[in-house]
Amino acid sequence: MPHYEPWSDERARAVIEEFSHLEGPLMPMLHAVQETFGHVPDAVVPMLAEMLNISRAEVHGVVTFYHDFRHEPAGHHVLKLCRAEACQAAGGDALADHAEHRLGCKLGETTADGRVTVEPIYCLGLCATAPSAMLDGKIVARLNERRLDALIAEAQS
Amino acid sequence: MTIRIYVPKDACAIACGADEVVEAIEAAARKRQQPVEIVRNGSRGMLWLEPLVEVVTAEGRIGYGPVEAGDVEGLFEAGFLTGGAHGLRIGKPEEHPFLAKQTRLTFARCGIIDPASYTDYRAHGGYRGLERALQLGPAEIIEEVKKSGLRGRGGAGFPTAIKWKTVADAKAERKYIVCNADEGDSGTFADRMIMEGDPFELIEGMTIAGIAVGATKGFVYTRSEYPHAIWAMEKAIEVARAHGMLGVNIAGSQYSFDMEVRMGAGAYVCGEETALLDSLEGKRGTVRAKPPLPAHKGLFQKPTVINNVLSLTAVPHILADGGEFYANFGMGRSRGTMPIQIAGNVKFGGLFETAFGITLGELINDIGGGTASGRPVKAAQVGGPLGAYVPTWQFDLPFDYESFAAKDALIGHGGIVVFDESADMAKMARFAMEFCSVESCGKCTPCRIGSTRGVELMDRIMAGERREANLATLTDLCQTMKLGSLCALGGFTPYPVLSAMNHFPEDFGAPPHRLEAAE
Repeated sequence: MPHYEPWSDERARAVIEEFSHLEGPLMPMLHAVQETFGHVPDAVVPMLAEMLNISRAEVHGVVTFYHDFRHEPAGHHVLKLCRAEACQAAGGDALADHAEHRLGCKLGETTADGRVTVEPIYCLGLCATAPSAMLDGKIVARLNERRLDALIAEAQS
Repeated sequence: MTIRIYVPKDACAIACGADEVVEAIEAAARKRQQPVEIVRNGSRGMLWLEPLVEVVTAEGRIGYGPVEAGDVEGLFEAGFLTGGAHGLRIGKPEEHPFLAKQTRLTFARCGIIDPASYTDYRAHGGYRGLERALQLGPAEIIEEVKKSGLRGRGGAGFPTAIKWKTVADAKAERKYIVCNADEGDSGTFADRMIMEGDPFELIEGMTIAGIAVGATKGFVYTRSEYPHAIWAMEKAIEVARAHGMLGVNIAGSQYSFDMEVRMGAGAYVCGEETALLDSLEGKRGTVRAKPPLPAHKGLFQKPTVINNVLSLTAVPHILADGGEFYANFGMGRSRGTMPIQIAGNVKFGGLFETAFGITLGELINDIGGGTASGRPVKAAQVGGPLGAYVPTWQFDLPFDYESFAAKDALIGHGGIVVFDESADMAKMARFAMEFCSVESCGKCTPCRIGSTRGVELMDRIMAGERREANLATLTDLCQTMKLGSLCALGGFTPYPVLSAMNHFPEDFGAPPHRLEAAE
């Protein structure tokens, strides 16, 4: 399970500054913030704006443009199911329904107990061994109901 | 005697259990006190056989696959360390029909070498292209690429040499090479495979491009969904630097070039080159209007070569063996080889590199073995989410840019997704519109609003509401998106929608009218 740090101004500044020497540093900075805190907290926006000499609106615009950046922390585990065409062709629709049913929440939501966030993902590049999924960074191909149940059990444990 | 065993570290192999297989092999070998050396290679591209374990024997490398951790004890019992018989034994991988039928240039080393080993890369012909490039100098490198007839492998098919020449001629104190590795199309994985299986080839290609146009800095922009590719690329860049093949005065020459890997954040549209450049600059991935071309004003407004992974990885071969050698492969204006990816509901899915001209039917039925489900093939989507659905009666279509364009289809990045007869093409058309509406960067109206209206129209059509009128409106909307969108996202979304509608009208509640079947 990924482990995230509690928010701290000082820590955030340190994380960001590590990338200040790069050309076009905003994306690597945002990734690093999310990796550290589990999401991109609002408090980091003015910090980035000041450091990069751009407006808060510009930073906000970037954070909200990309699907990866979370405004709120996710559940303890994140299960991503590939919903792109190759996985659809190989039975992905039924697996997505199965996951929603088992977890009691829709794709894009977190279970009521906050343990599992289940999300669609559009292509893991494992299209010849579809359908595929990713649980907290671990990739699984040739997904079937049995394997999916095992992943869900792992996420719920 | 230590026995060398290859177990791929390709993401597909890992997703099918390769890491667990490695642990099982190590445990079984320890138990038998048999010293083994496990090399984590890339994938050979026979992905239905992954994890494909290869053992180095007196006769050569013998493959076994698909191996699960639970098979390992049995393999040891069967004497697989000396190439013993076993149900999973496939013999020498290179003699397998799937590989034997290919013409591999870009993927020649993939699956064979240790991707992190500079020595392995050199021993298998790596850096021959760069050596020749250093002898030729910028103008002649571009001339060589021109002779090869190489066209952009990302989808648009623009001649690579023209792009390079434009950047070479541009006057600027700083220029960039940007590799578009934002392989977001479903059904494609060639970029990922090469970054994981032969990353030095991409480094070499980008270095040659840098020398040719006078750029000293390169970026590989890839996807957050590809963590394994990122690790492999970063590792190889580090090794290349340590060997003086990146940095100041590459290989002792007057040229300097260095590069870094950048990760996207889940936005499909960033595969569009100008959106990618904005994203690299740290902005929203919004498409830019052209002109100015990236070749004149690209990354940070500086002249920039932006090429796909497969274009850049073709370059070392073109330089090593000459442009004419490369141009000998292919048909018409599509020269060289294309790494084609066979995926979806298919029995033998994988990476098939071959000269242009092979037909879709050969690829799907003969090489791919038809569907994995065993049901008849219904259609194949070629070229990703923006590619057309090609029905079986057009499977005689040769794989080449012009032939596909003539049928209102595109080869894109060379991905083929096979669907069996259970597929509902109206649902796929709706998905194409929905995907476009979610991924639209929002800059132009036909894409941003048209895709949302498209989803609504599809919902009405699927509900049987004023079907004929709504189908007519959908056709009209597609025309507007095609002609009015700023980039391929809005401009090409009509391809899957219209092809599904035209070839499978019965799925849209209209009477079947397969006119083309009579041709």
